Amino acid sequence: MRIPCPFCGVRDLTEFTYLGDASLAQRPDPASPDAAARFHEYVHLRDNPAGLHDELWYHGGGCRSWLTVTRNTRTHVIEGAKLTRTSKSWTATS
Amino acid sequence: MVVVGAGGHGLATAYYLAKNHGISNVALIEKGWLGGGNVGRNTTIIRSNYLLPGNEAFYEQSLKLWEGLEQDFNYNAMVSQRGVLNLYHSDAQRDAYARRGNAMRLHGADAELLDRNAVKAMAPFLNFDDARFPIQGGLLQRRGGTARHDAVAWGFARGASDRGVDIIENCEVVGLAIEDGRVVGLKTTRGDIKAKKVGLAVAGATSQLGAMAGLRLPIESHVLQAFVSEGLKPLVPGVITFGAGHFYVSQSDKGGLVFGGDIDGYNSYARRGNLPVVEDVCESGMALMPMIGRVRLLRSWGGLMDMSMDGSPIIDRTPVENLFLNCGWCYGGFKATPASGWCFAHLIATGQSHPNAAAYRLDRFASGAVIDEKGAGAQPNLH
Repeated sequence: MRIPCPFCGVRDLTEFTYLGDASLAQRPDPASPDAAARFHEYVHLRDNPAGLHDELWYHGGGCRSWLTVTRNTRTHVIEGAKLTRTSKSWTATS
Repeated sequence: MVVVGAGGHGLATAYYLAKNHGISNVALIEKGWLGGGNVGRNTTIIRSNYLLPGNEAFYEQSLKLWEGLEQDFNYNAMVSQRGVLNLYHSDAQRDAYARRGNAMRLHGADAELLDRNAVKAMAPFLNFDDARFPIQGGLLQRRGGTARHDAVAWGFARGASDRGVDIIENCEVVGLAIEDGRVVGLKTTRGDIKAKKVGLAVAGATSQLGAMAGLRLPIESHVLQAFVSEGLKPLVPGVITFGAGHFYVSQSDKGGLVFGGDIDGYNSYARRGNLPVVEDVCESGMALMPMIGRVRLLRSWGGLMDMSMDGSPIIDRTPVENLFLNCGWCYGGFKATPASGWCFAHLIATGQSHPNAAAYRLDRFASGAVIDEKGAGAQPNLH
């Protein structure tokens, strides 16, 4: 597999580290009243789809960015990759 | 009742439902063919060298069942107790293995802590004086070893069929019929089946069948690769595992070195892996046994692992009444086959968990009573 990094171009799998489902980037609010149940779901439960899967990869061998990669788990075909963090402060030119 | 999945665990479940509980009105349905999944593509190792309560008693029960399995189902499964040796390369690793060995013996399993000379007498070809990972010794379970994986499927299948179980191949489940929170049947590609109880033993397809019942499960499906070399004269005395990387090797009766390592580490249903893991496994093999550098790799293959969030399996009821779940075997399901079938049949037949599988609860992730042998946390690709 080769992953098309938005910064570095198409790079080999060995430069990346896998975390898992892209929902892991949205941590539940620890102050919410049902935080324990939501954290259980966040930490332990997965959709685990056979087909298209949005997932988090860390480009440690390149730009050191977290990427959200859309990949087909049946075929390993990668549909695309984008930067996971797109907050305004980060995308500024500084 | 219906058991879904005619792999090793489903076949064993049907066999013990009929044999132990006298329940022969069982349909065992399979989307492909009998024994065509992981029971037909694993590295055939049997052992019970676990550390944690909740695991060790279960796996020791499984090893005891292996020891009598061929007489029990009257089929040659080529169970060979040639020993499983886990190497240690540091003082800390020796201490950890001593503790593991003690835990095994407390559960009635066998374990011996070998020093360097004892390992050298068993396997003189290993890389004892490696600069980074010198071999200091190993933890040996002599009762561990290998079994003929396909024969295990055939033996259980014949035993179940002889006792009246219907094994229906090429029959894929496409839906579950659930009324008032209770499963009442299945929809398959070959028609509907009514059932009072349904047991799922479907490994990598667990999440898909769980979703049919409205369940979101603590499972990720990953690909694991395995490898066989060209045939060699008898060389490796038993199963040997590298303690400084993930690599294990045994030698089949045909002479090929059978070996493997880590899962690829990303969600996959493709049943084939990528080359970086091939390279990593072969590097570990070279680090442990430099003599295999000129041996040709004959073939490699991949299979789907139902990786759980703590690396341990689930044999339990589900929130849907009369729907039972057997999953989460990660990449260690083969050795568990007899006890998994035994305990799952017990659960389906009696409605109560078998004492040896009582810790394999579905709700342990919410309650915190996880069984994390490796201490890696809820990160399936690290187990």
